[in-house]
This record gives sequence, structure tokens and C-alpha cells, in this order.
Amino acid sequence: MTALAVSNLAKSFTMHLRGGIRLPVIENVSFTLEASECAVLAGPSGVGKSSILKMLYGNYAVDAGSIRIAHQGATIDLACASPREILAVRRDTLGYVSQFLRVVPRVAALDVVAEPLTARGTPNDEAGDRAAALLARLNLPERLWHLPPATFSGGEQQRVNIARGFITDHPVLLLDEPTASLDAANRAVVIDMIAEKKRQGVAMLGIFHDTDVRDAVADRLIDVTEFAPRQAA
Amino acid sequence: MNAPTGSIASYNFAYLDEQTKRMIRRAILKAIAIPGYQVPFASREMPMPYGWGTGGVQVTAAIIGPDDVLKVIDQGADDTTNAVSIRAFFQKVANVAVTTRTDEATIIQTRHRIPEQPLRAGQTLVYQVPIPEPLRFLEPRETETRLMHALEEYGLMHVKLYEDIATHGRIATTYAYPVKVEGRYVMDPSPTPKFDNPKMHMSPALQLFGAGREKRIYALPPFTQVESLDFDDHPFTVQTFDKPCALCGAEGVYLDEVILDDCGGHMFVCSDTDHCESRQGDGYHGQQEETFR
Amino acid sequence: MDKPLLRVTHLSKSYGPRIGCADVSFDLWPGEVLAVVGESGSGKTTMLNAVSTRLEPTSGTVSYRMRDGAWRDVFAMSEAERRFLMRTDWGFVHQNPADGLRMTVSAGANVGERLMAVGDRHYGNIRASAIDWLGRVEIAEDRIDDQPRAFSGGMRQRLQIARNLVTRPRLIFMDEPTGGLDVSVQARLLDLLRGLVSDMGLAAIVVTHDLAVARLLSHRMMVMKDGRVIEHGLTDRVLDDPRAPYTQLLVSSILQV
Repeated sequence: MTALAVSNLAKSFTMHLRGGIRLPVIENVSFTLEASECAVLAGPSGVGKSSILKMLYGNYAVDAGSIRIAHQGATIDLACASPREILAVRRDTLGYVSQFLRVVPRVAALDVVAEPLTARGTPNDEAGDRAAALLARLNLPERLWHLPPATFSGGEQQRVNIARGFITDHPVLLLDEPTASLDAANRAVVIDMIAEKKRQGVAMLGIFHDTDVRDAVADRLIDVTEFAPRQAA
Repeated sequence: MNAPTGSIASYNFAYLDEQTKRMIRRAILKAIAIPGYQVPFASREMPMPYGWGTGGVQVTAAIIGPDDVLKVIDQGADDTTNAVSIRAFFQKVANVAVTTRTDEATIIQTRHRIPEQPLRAGQTLVYQVPIPEPLRFLEPRETETRLMHALEEYGLMHVKLYEDIATHGRIATTYAYPVKVEGRYVMDPSPTPKFDNPKMHMSPALQLFGAGREKRIYALPPFTQVESLDFDDHPFTVQTFDKPCALCGAEGVYLDEVILDDCGGHMFVCSDTDHCESRQGDGYHGQQEETFR
Repeated sequence: MDKPLLRVTHLSKSYGPRIGCADVSFDLWPGEVLAVVGESGSGKTTMLNAVSTRLEPTSGTVSYRMRDGAWRDVFAMSEAERRFLMRTDWGFVHQNPADGLRMTVSAGANVGERLMAVGDRHYGNIRASAIDWLGRVEIAEDRIDDQPRAFSGGMRQRLQIARNLVTRPRLIFMDEPTGGLDVSVQARLLDLLRGLVSDMGLAAIVVTHDLAVARLLSHRMMVMKDGRVIEHGLTDRVLDDPRAPYTQLLVSSILQV
């Protein structure tokens, strides 16, 4: 089952503060993502892997092309969806685990993790229990659970972020180097969690620079260098 | 109308010129037509300072006729400065009969009391009002308070009562206690004790309110519903007194404290002097009278 | 949830030849928070005041879906209806709490006023609601009889929020709600607002010049300049991939800490 179909996606930045120069990032991006698979975007730094994930998540605007996603029995084109539709897709269908946690002041780690569930109407207690279970699995010391993650180390923040991204049953997950600052033990936990998601039928698209992790999770690679823009005159 | 014989020749009957009286009567008629609504009027300078009842005097001057019998009270008493001078004023400029007896009067001008003896149809009670706007102390902008009256936004009145209970454990407002008239306008009854509020309700007499400095007239036509504001769990109650009047033994009337000496001696007597004297004339006596005898 | 709550169409307000805001159109959905950003004089407050009927627009319409589901043109309502709407189903949080509070009555009465205005006549219930709402905005119960004059800036702002939310409005307007507060006080207020907005399913229009506030509170963002909307979209999209030259300038001007 195709969870996500991307066709002829293009992205460039126009830098108005630098005389309006146009920086093409990527073009003719086309691929599909099936349920129960983990595809990995491959290519050197700066080739536009993160930009693709951000476009898919609605975080970057799209210049051309379409991003079709199956959302609650219908197909939505994220390339031209309204903000409301994108938010609905994010709430129920499309999850995103980024490298960096955007910290909200005063909100405890446990609540940060539970929030995607409570936002979908899961009772607070149940969401809290599931968040605690995930944080325990990711070896985050329990004494940190009730503190806001602002002062956590990079690895601790990342584990909070991973737990937040994995807590829901979103059918499509975007993974932007979720293991970048983790030690070997925690990387192994994440690899396990990805395998579990796969068994549950989740379609995943990720960026993994760590070749061990990539080899462990990737069902196939998508070579992003193929989408490099032809240098126009 | 010409100046009556025996009065000061250079003044019109009841001091005000006929055009002014007509203007005030129009305001009074409008006020009667919209019970509780403050009608602006072109208040005149009167030969007494603001705060001495210029509003009440203008209302009285506009409605008084040669056949009227006038009673003037100040805090219930006929014999205090304000009452005596206003009574003398109308004797001089309108040459009308005056009385201290509530039942004999056709017009009673009052400062801060309603007589104890129930009023009857045909009588008119004229109140002297210092500040006609009940919302003033919570919302100083007149433009805003007028709008609040127009739109019947009276939540603020209860904010004041709420503050009373929060501070004192009960509604501590004891005078100028706000009322709602015919379920519509919130009205300041002038600084009468709240003891008198129930007397305004469904009174057979006409009640007119005049505020001279503030240039407002409002009215309660006979048999108007007048309801004191309150909370369900803090209902409106009137003051009660432990003892009857020391002079006439009356109960269920409003009493004033009178200091007798500089050793703490005091007594409580009727604030309504006419009521007290009538009762004494009828043979009622209070404890103080017995002690004196 | 499948219908907008507020519909603003071609709203303009001019002061003579000067433009306050021009041709602003948007829909706001239940539970949605819209941030309006732009520098001083960009017309964002004028727009907020015109949408919230505090200012008569020169042209354009503002329609609101009432609790009974009926759409009403808010400028075609009678003044009584409009004021009733404003103190029941709407709220307005001013930048300066003194503009939205009664500074000379107690905190409890400030919170209870809206309840009394809609006819609540039970002192005990009103007080219980006031205590409940003070608690939700993290003001201790023993401050209930103090006047806001005795409160700090952050407490006053929280009190103003409680005063607005006590009737459980569906739409709240906020004009620089964190302006003039210390950073730590701001953080507390933002967190509180975030929680209240999501718990109550509030829709909100928040005017701010602080992009961090917009990022934290809003789903959607509108950038204004010279009275016009120059960019409009999902908050993180506008902030992470700004398109208009002015938005790029605005985003690049944020100090990173």
C-alpha cells in the first residue's frame, strides 16, 4: 500500500536580503513510500535531504510538484494543502522526529512526550503512562521526567524528541537523523523501535548518516543526488 | 402666574419663571413616563448653594400650586436648618401653607428619609439627590454609564455588592442602596437609609427625584415596582434596632442616636420627628420619657 | 469543528488618506490560534481592533458563527448584542493589564464581573468560580480579595486572562499579551496560555512583534507590513521558509540565544 507519493517536487530559495539571488535546492524529486518499509534518503551533506523531509512535513513551501498522502481514507496533496489540512495530517497521519528538540519553557519532559497523544484526545493518565514507558525504554533517567528539557544534554533532549515522535500510531513517520547524538546502547533501542513500527505497518522515510544504523533499518535507499538541480543558464 | 399678594413682589410665583417651570415639568413628565430613567434638565442657579437641595427645590417649585400644603424634612426632622430654610423659602416665594404633619402635606420635600407614616395617593414626595448615577463610583465615565443604562448592563452594580460581602461578610451598603425599577433601570434612591427602600415599592404616592448640580430628574410614578439589588445567598434586609424609640416607644421605625452627655449617655429616638411627636401626642411613651417623668 | 468560527473579508480601516490596515481577509477555525506579526505601525493592532469591533472598519465585513450556529455580521448587530457577545463568547486581553482590569476592585470581583453581568446572582458560586479561575492562572487563593494594584505585572496579566476566560469564550483577542514582562514571567504566561488554549479549545488572534511568542502559541501566522498582509501560512512554514522580503528580514533579525 502506498502511503506517500512524491512526484516532480522542486524547491529553491530566493534570498531577498542578498539581492534576490535564487538558490535551487532540488528538483524532479519523485518516489513513493509503501507501508511497512523504511526508505532512507542517501547522499552527501547539502544535497537537500533535510529539505525534502521539511517539504513533506509542510515546513518548507514547495515550488512545484505534488506530495500525495493517504489521510483518513482520502488523498491529500501536501504541496498545496491549507494550513489546517497540514495540521490535521500532522496530528493524525504524518509524524516527524527532528534532530533538535524545540523546547517549550516550563513543560516537563513527560508532558512533551505525551502531548501528541493528548492532542488527539487520549486521556492524560494513559498518555502519561505511555510516555513514561517510552522514556524508560530509551533509558532517560526517571529523575529528569518531570523537568523541562531545556537544560538536558543533547542526547537526553534527542531521546525526549524520539519518544515524542514514536508515541503515536501515525502511519507515516519522517526521521531526520534521530540517532545523531545517541550512544550505541540507545541507538540499538531506536533501531528496535523502528523495526517495531515497520511490523505495525508504518511507512518511514529517514536520513541516517550513521552507516550502521542505516544498514540496520533501511529497506532501500533513495539517491538524492539524482534530484540535484541542473544548473540553469 | 402673577406674584401672589404678600410675597416678594419682584419674584415670580415659586421663584422660578414660568418658562423654567415648564421646562422642568416636561422633564418630570418624561421621568414619570420612564420610571427610574435619569432625565437631563437645565438646572438653574438657586438662591442657595449646591448640596443644599437645589434639585429638590426646583422640582418642588415646578409642581407646587397655591393650594398645596408643603412639608420639608431633613434626615426625617422638620426642624433642622435645611428643612426650616427651604420651608421658609417657599412660604416667602409661593406663599403656600406649610405643615410638619405628614398626613396633612400634599408635597413633602425630603433630604435622606421617607416618612414613617405610609404615604397616600395624591401626595408627592420630592427627594433631594446629590449624585443620581448609581454606577458612578465604579465607572466614572458618564458616556459609558449612560450606555450601560441604555443596554441594561448592570453587572457592575453587583460587583459593588460582591466587594461588600468579600470585605465585610455581608452587604455593608446601608444607604443609597441601589434599586431596580420595574425590572428595568437601576436607580439611586438618594442617600436614604436602606431601611426606607421597601417604602418606595408600590407606593401610592408620586416620588420625584431632583439633582440640581448634576442636572438630572427621575421619578417613580405611583404603584411602581422597586426592588433592592441583592444576591440569592445574601438577600436584601433592612436595619433592625434592639430597642424601641426612647421617646415614643415606636418599634419598626428608623432610629437616630442622640448623645445626651459627655459620659457616654445616649439614646435612640425616631428619626421622623413628626411621627414621634404624633405618637407622643396619642399617649405613647418610651423608656426615656418614663425616666424623665 | 468543520466550520470556521470567524470570517474576515476585505477588511480595511483608513484614517483619512492614511491606511490603518487594508484588504485583510482570513477565516479562523475553532481551536485555532492565529498570530499576527509585524513591526510597530504595520497595522496589526488596527486590524485586531477592527475585527474585534472595537474600531469601526472603513470597509469589509466580519462574520461570526454564534453559539446557535447562525452566522452574523458583527457590525450589523445591535450594540447591545455586540457588547453581550464581547463579554460572553469573546475575550480581549490588552497589553497593559490596567486597560482590561478594574484596578480598584478585588481580584475576585474582577473575575466574577462577567458572571454577574450575565445574571449570576449567587455570591457563593461566583466566589467559587473566581477561586477556581485564579487557581488556573496560578494566583494563590489568599490573594482573592486584594486589588490588582497590589499585583506584579505578570500576576495582573494572568488575572486579566482569568477575567476573560471565566465565561468560557470561544474566541479571544490578545494584543501583545507578553509585552513589557520579564523573560521568565513571559515564559510562565506563554505556557499558561498554551495550556488554556488547548484545554478549552479556544480560538485566538494574537498580535505580537515577538516571533518566539508566535512560534510557541500559534498554528498559523500572518505577517503585516504597511497595513497589508504580505505573507500568511502555517507558523513554522512562515518562520522556517519565509518568502516575502520583509518576512526574511524579520526572521533574520531574531537574536539567537
